[in-house]
Amino acid sequence: MSLTETSIKSSETPLGRDDLARLVAKDIAPGSFVNLGIGQPTLVSNYLTEEQNITLHTENGMLGMGPEATGDQIDEDLINAGKIPVTELPGASYFHHADSFAIMRGGHLDICVLGAFQVSANGDLANWHTGAPGAIPAVGGAMDLATGAKDVFVMMTLLTREGASKIVEACTYPVTGVGCVTRVYTDKGVFLTGPEGVTVRETFGCTLEELQELVPVPLKAATAA
Amino acid sequence: MLNFVDSVQAAVAGIKDGSTVMIGGFGNAGQPFELIDALLECGATDLTVVNNNAGQGDQGLALLIKEGRVKKMICSFPRQSDSWHFDAKYKAGEIELELVPQGNLAERIRAAGAGIGGFFTPTGYGTMLAEGKETRIIDGRGQVFETPIHADVALIKALKADGKGNLVYRKTARNFGPIMAAAAKHTIAQVSEIVPTGGLDPENVVTPGIYVNTIVKVAGSGSPAANTNPKVA
Repeated sequence: MSLTETSIKSSETPLGRDDLARLVAKDIAPGSFVNLGIGQPTLVSNYLTEEQNITLHTENGMLGMGPEATGDQIDEDLINAGKIPVTELPGASYFHHADSFAIMRGGHLDICVLGAFQVSANGDLANWHTGAPGAIPAVGGAMDLATGAKDVFVMMTLLTREGASKIVEACTYPVTGVGCVTRVYTDKGVFLTGPEGVTVRETFGCTLEELQELVPVPLKAATAA
Repeated sequence: MLNFVDSVQAAVAGIKDGSTVMIGGFGNAGQPFELIDALLECGATDLTVVNNNAGQGDQGLALLIKEGRVKKMICSFPRQSDSWHFDAKYKAGEIELELVPQGNLAERIRAAGAGIGGFFTPTGYGTMLAEGKETRIIDGRGQVFETPIHADVALIKALKADGKGNLVYRKTARNFGPIMAAAAKHTIAQVSEIVPTGGLDPENVVTPGIYVNTIVKVAGSGSPAANTNPKVA
């Protein structure tokens, strides 16, 4: 491991939620089929451009989902996975739940973007259950998304409120999927995860050395493409 | 045998204590509220209910749970901001929960309708929801064996039925309707409109009438088409 030969990009300041969403949106290849998870990942849709020609999937049974519905567009039969009223775009399609999850589980989606409690160095994801005694577990489509999409991007803050890294050697929360996360977008940097460990692609408001102080797994700098 | 009945009460009258009941809907979309109300009224108890959620607010499935009529929920997402009736029963140990990843829920229901005895899937592999289940490495990936979910009765909501029981749905309200219709021994559909046989384009039928046993018209059961996105013709 060499922390000195950096070919990684960097910015002066940490990224805010919207800047991070803009970055994720920019990284989505034109023509992709994408599922955006509930919460922070939903922000990504605000920054997708028409030229990118991205088709959004919502697991309750639709491809070609448009922006959130407002005013008299609101239709209780047209909602997204977060049960928010949405709109349909020209070319949209509806299908039943088993077909919708076959789209996911069959590997047809190019990218899903999810939130996370923790991601391990080899790409295990924990985002569905704190495991706290007495907590009522709820999983929804998280495990299907994590294992089904070709690429699983995570968006999260790097640190918990208590200052602990959410990128960990091994997840302490119950896992959602094993070795499934390919990329982690955080306020302090972009990390690539997988069998070879964690590679840093970008840093925001800190150096790679400073990032290494925060993250308890060895970090490699991305090699120039 | 296909029956058209005049009331939701008549539609659910045959549901017995101890039945497994599938209830369609994702959020409020596609939820057959009137049929659930009738089930509450008819008094059937000791039910196992299959739904994506475990009831919201003070209506529909939530009331069935509140009244202690559901002994077990099979669902993917019971905990919501307004799932207080389920939460209370669960914490009191008065309801059993089988938590199923949503894609497994859908595929297990589909498998039941298609006569499939089970399937292997990567979903859930290595997680606590796969504990105790048979696993296998297939094509280099860990996979978990999942079994079908059958039901005695399905309660679903569709937009239109024709005289043969063929159904069409509306937008994302379709969700679990087609797969539950196929998985249950007896499927009861509430629809907003019944058209004469031949009134649905056969190319557009989503649920063939063979899966449907009882149909009841409920006024305003589908949302008005006038609310659709005005940009779409």
